[in-house]
Amino acid sequence: MIKFASLQFRFQAYVALVVLVIVGVLFGVTGPHLVHLYNSTVAPCAAHNDCQSAILALTNTDSSLQTFGNALIIFVPALIGMFWGAPLIARELETGTFRLALAQGITRTRWLVTKIAIVGLASMVVTGLLSTIVTWWSSPLDRVNSFVQPGNVAFAGRFSSLIFGARNVAPVGYTAFAFVLAVAAGLILRRTLPAMATALGGFVATRLVVSSWVRPNLIAPLQRIVGLNDKAISSLSFNQSDGRFTLTAVASIRNAWMYSTHVVDRSGSAPTSAFLAQACPARNGGDPLTSRCLSKVATKFHEVVTYQPGSRYWTFQWYELAIFLGLAVLLSGFCLWWVRRRLA
Amino acid sequence: MTNIIETNDLGKKYDRHRRWALQHCTVEIPAGKVVGLVGPNGAGKSTLLNLAVGLIAPTSGDITVLGKHPGDGPSQLARVGFVAQDTPTYSGLSIANHLRMGEWLNPTTWDSDLAHHRIRKLGFDPRQRAGSLSGGQRAQLALTLAIAKRPELLLLDEPVASLDPLARREFLQSLMEIVAEHGVTVILSSHLVADLERVCDYLVVLVSSQIQLAGDVSTLLASHYRLSGPRRDPRSLPASQEVIGQSHTDKQSNLLIRTNEPILDPAWVVKPVTLDDLVLAYMSRARDDGRTINQGLSVVR
Repeated sequence: MIKFASLQFRFQAYVALVVLVIVGVLFGVTGPHLVHLYNSTVAPCAAHNDCQSAILALTNTDSSLQTFGNALIIFVPALIGMFWGAPLIARELETGTFRLALAQGITRTRWLVTKIAIVGLASMVVTGLLSTIVTWWSSPLDRVNSFVQPGNVAFAGRFSSLIFGARNVAPVGYTAFAFVLAVAAGLILRRTLPAMATALGGFVATRLVVSSWVRPNLIAPLQRIVGLNDKAISSLSFNQSDGRFTLTAVASIRNAWMYSTHVVDRSGSAPTSAFLAQACPARNGGDPLTSRCLSKVATKFHEVVTYQPGSRYWTFQWYELAIFLGLAVLLSGFCLWWVRRRLA
Repeated sequence: MTNIIETNDLGKKYDRHRRWALQHCTVEIPAGKVVGLVGPNGAGKSTLLNLAVGLIAPTSGDITVLGKHPGDGPSQLARVGFVAQDTPTYSGLSIANHLRMGEWLNPTTWDSDLAHHRIRKLGFDPRQRAGSLSGGQRAQLALTLAIAKRPELLLLDEPVASLDPLARREFLQSLMEIVAEHGVTVILSSHLVADLERVCDYLVVLVSSQIQLAGDVSTLLASHYRLSGPRRDPRSLPASQEVIGQSHTDKQSNLLIRTNEPILDPAWVVKPVTLDDLVLAYMSRARDDGRTINQGLSVVR
C-alpha cells in the first residue's frame, strides 16, 4: 500500500519539489546579502551611533521577499490541507474508486492509515523545509526586530502571531493538523470542494483560537517591577484628553513578549488625574513631562510589567507543535473510526 | 454442494434514507454457478453485493461469504473479486499502473501473468491512461483487475449497464471465458434479463428490497408454464398450481403458473416460459403486491 499511496501522490510530490526548488533558489541567493548587511551595518552601529538608520536600512531590504516568505509559511499549511488533504479520500468517494481500492486484498484500516501517513509525512517534511529556509533567511531581520522597541505596549517581537507562526517548528504542526482536518472533512462530506472550504474555515478558526487565547495562557507570565526613573523605561507618554491626565510607560525587555504595563502605587492603584495635574502642570501649553514632574510621580508610583521572557520562545514553539500534532493524531483516530464503522 | 453465500434475514437501511434498501433477505447461493441477480433499478442489488464484499455492514440479520464474514481481514478480502458499479478506475493512472496496484495490494494472490496476458489479448496499450478508455475498455480493465487476484467468488455490479450492445457482448464473452478457465463462482447483477440469459445458470430476482425468487435456471424454466385458454377464474385452478401472473380478455385468460406436477386440464394451451417472461411475471407480482399494501395503508389512514 505504501507503493500505491506514493504512486497516487506523485504529481503533488512533483509540484512540492518545484516549489521547494524555487523558494530555495530565491531565498538562497538573496539570504547571504542580508547576513552581510547585518554584519557590516547593524552589528557595529552602536560604535557609530547610527543604529536607527542602519536598522531601518536593513528592515527595508527585500521587503517584498520578507512579505512573501512570511505569507508562504502562513499559507502553506492551509494550502496543503486544501489540495492534498481534502481530495485524499473525498476524491475516491466522488469517483467511486474507493470501491476498487477496498476490493483489493488489504483492509480499509491499512488503506487509510497508509494514505494519511505517506501524504501527511510528506506535508510535514515540505513545510519543515520551507520553514527552515524562511527562518534562516529572516534571522538577521528577526534579530533586529527583537530589540527594536516600537513604543508599543503589546510588543511581541518573535512572539508576534505573524512571526511566531512562520518560523521554526510550529508550521509543521499546523500542516499536520490542516492536512488531517481536511482528510476528515472529505471523509464525512464525501465531496472535495465542500471539504476544502470546511477544512480552510476550521483551520483558520483553530489557529486564531490558539494564537489569541490558548498560547497566551499556556504558561503563567512573569512580572517585573520597574522604577519610573529606571533606564529600563523605553518610552513614557503623558496624555491629556477631555481634561483628564493619564501616564503610560513602556519598559524595554529584550526579546520579550509584553502582555501589559501598568503604572501603579504600592496599593496597586493608578495615579489619579488630579494627582498628575498637580504634579505635572502644563506650562504655556508645552509638554508637562519634565524630569521634575517625573521624579515627583516616581516617589509614589512604579511600573508593573507582565511578560514572557524571550528564553521561553522555544518552549512555546514546542508547545505549539505538540498541540497541533496532538489534534492531528486525534483527528486521524476519528478518521479511522469513521472508515471502519461508517464508510459505505 | 456447498453454499458460497448464505444470508439470514439480512437487512440494510442507510442513514440518509428512511426506506430499507434490503429487507428480510434469506437466500443460499450454491458454489460453482454463474448467478444472475436481476431486479429493477433501486431494488437493492448493489446493496446486496456491497454487503457480500463487506463494503457496507448489515443493519439486521447476517451474511456469510465463503463461510466467513465479508471483508474479515486480508485473507477473506483476497478470496472475493469485485467489479463495482460503473466499473471505477483511477482515470489519472495508466493501465500498467493499475496492474501494479493489483500486484501491490494483493501480494499473496496476484497473478501477474494472467493480468498481462489479458491486457495484451484485449489489445490495450499499457501506457494508456484509464481516463481515456471507452466504457467497454474500462469494464474490461476492471474485470482484469478483479480476476487477476484469483478470487474464489467474483461479484459484478451492473458491469454492462452503461455499455453499448457490442461492448456488452464482448464483456460477457470475456466473463464466460474466465468462468470456463478458472471455475470461479460469479454473481452479476443487471436490470435487464437479456444480459443474463446467455450466461447465467442460477437466478435471483430482487424487487422492492426483497428476494422474490431464487433457483437454478433450468429448474425454474421446467416448473413454470404459460397457460392460455377460455376465460376462467384463476382461483379455480388446482392447489398445486400457483398463479404468478395473469391477464384476461373478455373471452380468454393467459396465466403464468408455477407447478411441479403435469398440467392435465385439456382446456389449456400450455407453452414453456422464457426467462424474460418469468422475471417480468415475478417483478409485476411484487409491484402489484406493493400496491395492494399501499392501498390498504391509505384506507387505514
